[in-house]
Amino acid sequence: MTMLFKTAARNILRNGRRSFMTGSAVAAGAMALMLFGGYAGYIFDALETSNVQRVGHLSLFRTGYFLFGSGNPAAYGIGDYRKVMDLVSNDPVIKPLVNVVTPTQSLMGIAGNFSGGNEASKTFLGVGFVPSERNKMRLWDERHTGLVRPADERLSDRDESRGLVGVGLARILALCAPLHLQCPEAPATRTDESASAKPREDIVGLAQLEGQGAPKAGGDDLPHLDLLGATVGGAPNVVSLAVAGAEAQGVRELDDNFIAMHLAIAQQLVYGRGEHKATAIVLQLKRSEDMPIVRARLASLIDQDHLDLEIRDVKELSPFYVQVVAMFSSIFIFIAIMMGVIVLFAVVNTMTMNVMERTNEIGTIRAMGVRRGGVRLQFLVEGALVGAVGATVGAILAFAVAALVNHTGLTWIPPGNSSPTPFRIDVIDHPLLVIGTWVALTLVALWAALIPANRAARLSIVDALRHV
Amino acid sequence: MNPEATAVRLHDAAKTYRAGEVDVPALRGISIDIPYHRFSMIVGASGSGKSTLLNLVGCIDTPTRGSVEVCGTKVADLDDDQLSDFRARNIGFIFQTFSLVPVLSAYENVEYPLVLVGAPDAERKRKTSQVLEAVGLGAFADRRPNELSGGQRQRVAIARALVKAPQIVLADEPTANLDSETGASIIELMRKVQAESRTTFLFATHDQQLMSQADEIFVIRDGTLVDHRHGRAGA
Repeated sequence: MTMLFKTAARNILRNGRRSFMTGSAVAAGAMALMLFGGYAGYIFDALETSNVQRVGHLSLFRTGYFLFGSGNPAAYGIGDYRKVMDLVSNDPVIKPLVNVVTPTQSLMGIAGNFSGGNEASKTFLGVGFVPSERNKMRLWDERHTGLVRPADERLSDRDESRGLVGVGLARILALCAPLHLQCPEAPATRTDESASAKPREDIVGLAQLEGQGAPKAGGDDLPHLDLLGATVGGAPNVVSLAVAGAEAQGVRELDDNFIAMHLAIAQQLVYGRGEHKATAIVLQLKRSEDMPIVRARLASLIDQDHLDLEIRDVKELSPFYVQVVAMFSSIFIFIAIMMGVIVLFAVVNTMTMNVMERTNEIGTIRAMGVRRGGVRLQFLVEGALVGAVGATVGAILAFAVAALVNHTGLTWIPPGNSSPTPFRIDVIDHPLLVIGTWVALTLVALWAALIPANRAARLSIVDALRHV
Repeated sequence: MNPEATAVRLHDAAKTYRAGEVDVPALRGISIDIPYHRFSMIVGASGSGKSTLLNLVGCIDTPTRGSVEVCGTKVADLDDDQLSDFRARNIGFIFQTFSLVPVLSAYENVEYPLVLVGAPDAERKRKTSQVLEAVGLGAFADRRPNELSGGQRQRVAIARALVKAPQIVLADEPTANLDSETGASIIELMRKVQAESRTTFLFATHDQQLMSQADEIFVIRDGTLVDHRHGRAGA
């Protein structure tokens, strides 16, 4: 065996330039695959982190909400949700695996800014949550992406009247100046006094009426929005929201409609004086890998307690993540096939030339008693060695390039994001990618060597010895 | 001749090659017994069929007709792998063009046949060094073939053929690529080794200098055995 590898290594060095070119093709292929795989891997991790920070790993909804309830969240609220949260939080299987269990309330309605001579209103999509628990969720970074967002001090558990709006919605509702946002100047418009006065009076009046039972609006120095919604029974309801800031949402449709607020004010708007429910109970786990265990346990609890709930995971709630993963995976497979074909032809070409040049040598060793299988093995080992050395060099280069890129601190704004994120290539953090690429390219080289190796093994000894 | 003392027995062995649309007979049915422990030579002009005969004896080619028996084994009874193993154990080759493995040193080239038969490390080391010393190349063990002269390469080839102590050594025109002085020294070396080891040597040659050393001479013409005579020492 030592003789086999010694001979193989020396034959590779003997045709140094040819082996170098073939090894370079393998190295280039390995580097390209590892760099792209590392980049895609970072995108996957970053998207997963962002989504888990936002919607957790698993959510419990009233049965049917996910498919039918978003148009009428009030009708699909989870009654006595605190009892369900206690059940989940104190379960011996789930408790050690979970990071946050928190309720959220989805809602929709009309937001209006009628202060300071403004008469702007807009439909909105809102979500209510417990600010301290959302801040805790934003710290989740199992993949060490560095995308941890600091606690948002603008909202607090103590002040239930505060909320945040999308930057687009802030612009539409004329909140740029009070929120100190850089917005383009709005063109002058003609206003129909008779048409605009009526809703303003209706909504403001209703707000004053409903305000008696609503959370106390604090932040008097903050601009306010009047939020109009419909309660479970279909009755109109209004609350006043102190806008503590604006937060870009990345996707324009969401940015122009989004309002985040304290859970209490969201529940006040949706349920009025009735029982305050929650749209979802969100579970953020310590590790994504535990999702199947927790999901199975939740299903068991739901079944055991006859709860009218369904479980949805982060991928179901964030189809964009699944689409991005599928797209990058397709591109990776395409590149892998291209690189595989290049390596295949390079190795076939090199090994074929080696067999031709060494025909007499093949005849000699066959005459000395080397079996056909021994000749085949000799060339297979040489092909695999070229592949393995090339892939190893490619991996080292990929590590170096990735380290260089990561060191430069480049940033970019991925689709669906609102703020710049680091441009990173995580090769070293994806050992499966490195090992998989190395093994795959070495196997391709081995496979490519099989054709010339078989040809060498089938040579007639007499013909081979006559070859000059 | 005593059959048990016969190293090689060919019975009506014929070999025809196909060259395009034409059949070219290289051997036309030769029957021959080659004894053990002799310095035997197949002589004849170029194209007479002596290399073909050597290929049949070396089990690297098969006859179109007839039978070949080497060291008591009928070659036709062996499959390809068995033939390889048979050659590895019983037959040593010395080629006209030396045919050393270029990426291996002189030592490694000589060691190669012992690797093929699975000899233990210590035995390989001992035998390889011993035979290299015997051919006068102990000091050149680490040299690659391209760092050796033609004569030195042929000495390595002889050492390689002898290191496993084969039953038969086959040599096809071993002095053809050497100058007369070097050729003479190679012949002398082979004769000396043969005398010491009593290994059966079978040459294909038309080198008069080499023929003068023969125990047995088989003369071939146009694929047919036309004469068998005893040489200087075989008489």
